[in-house]
Amino acid sequence: MFDISPAEWTAVLLSLKVGLVATLVATPFGIAIAWLLARYHFWGKSLVDAVIYLPLVLPPVVTGYLLLLTFGRKGLVGGWLADHLGIVFAFRWTGAALACGIMSFPLLVRPIRLSIEAVDRRLEQAASTLGAAPWKVFLTVTLPLALPGVLAGMVLGFAKAIGEFGATITFVSNIPGETQTISAAIYTLTQVPDGDAAALRLVGVSIVISMIALVTSEWFARRATQRMHGT
Amino acid sequence: MLRVDIFKKLGDFTVDVKFVGEGRVTGLFGSSGAGKTSLVNMIAGLLKPDRGFIAVGDEVLDDTLAGIHVPPHRRRIGYVFQDARLFPHLSVSQNLHYGRRMNSVAHDGAHQDRVVDLLDIGKLLTRRTGQLSGGERQRVALGRALLMQPQLLLLDEPLGSLDSARKAEILPYLIRLRDEGGVPMVYVSHDPRELRQLAAQVVVIRRGRVAAFGDAESVLADVAPQFAD
Repeated sequence: MFDISPAEWTAVLLSLKVGLVATLVATPFGIAIAWLLARYHFWGKSLVDAVIYLPLVLPPVVTGYLLLLTFGRKGLVGGWLADHLGIVFAFRWTGAALACGIMSFPLLVRPIRLSIEAVDRRLEQAASTLGAAPWKVFLTVTLPLALPGVLAGMVLGFAKAIGEFGATITFVSNIPGETQTISAAIYTLTQVPDGDAAALRLVGVSIVISMIALVTSEWFARRATQRMHGT
Repeated sequence: MLRVDIFKKLGDFTVDVKFVGEGRVTGLFGSSGAGKTSLVNMIAGLLKPDRGFIAVGDEVLDDTLAGIHVPPHRRRIGYVFQDARLFPHLSVSQNLHYGRRMNSVAHDGAHQDRVVDLLDIGKLLTRRTGQLSGGERQRVALGRALLMQPQLLLLDEPLGSLDSARKAEILPYLIRLRDEGGVPMVYVSHDPRELRQLAAQVVVIRRGRVAAFGDAESVLADVAPQFAD
């Protein structure tokens, strides 16, 4: 039962790589967007809000197909990136990371936004009277106090990225060793005779990964909450 | 010397205040809602006046005619809030050094020792802010403002949230600060007894305007005779 084959390991490691890269690259963007939404009122704000949440409500296949049209080798953005920067997304693991990053973005942004909204503005005022320029106030007061939300968002985003299936398989297909993540591997195994045992092993692995992610985030959140209260 | 001549509309309320503070401590006296905090926020740069002029010494901080508004982080004005506002994610020592670090002031051990001694906070340095009493928090907030070497110190009802025993604990530190600190102060309070002990001059603010201005004894005797000695 626990004898995981090299091919299965490949899918597991690829999933971890795709999930980690998607989360780490998306986090700075997520923090920036969350901060804009939490602190500013600007023209078109509700549109930005809607676009971010769109992947959550659109059928994943639609998001995947739109990604294919935009970031595919012949797509508007994908073609330019390939010709000028040599970055190719189509049918590569990087494309899987892009799909996962976009699909998990709403889950990443929301807790960060809520925690930035919860930061006491009076502490930021105190920091500015002590000589901190606005960007230093953000880095030394706002962000550290919003840290529980940032970590929660990263873990949620990572968990979503690990489990993403529809958009990824539509955009970059299901190529073992390149774009076949755990979800795609389990799906493939359920389509072949005698695939059940292998599928169950991968199900076990994905449960373990998710549990570890949740426990880790809880631990971080507890520590960060203690810091927030200055104890 | 602090020169203030400002006008600010805040909803239905207007703050229209003019005075020149010259002593070591200028007291701002008034009941709550009189506009004291709005005025202090304008001196700190947190609030921008609609019209007018604010200067500390020779440095013009606000001059709406000339289009000058120095942002709070470039004013070097220490601000001690009623609720201390210590940073909860930092230790007491990190709080104390925050202003110094943000202003890139070189570490001055002698100055730090003086401030720590003056406020008697040496034993608190390694604590988290959540472990401090109300009086200790206010002393740390004072130390944090002093260590940035401000050109002016604003104290907005620093004893306001403390009971009378704690007030009696902090007041001697404030008197020492006035006599030994060498930093001019603006002290906001609605308690004439505090002001009589600390301030040479008092500005009485009522409904956003200056109702009286002069030396502490005579002004306070007029507006709050029930507290006269």
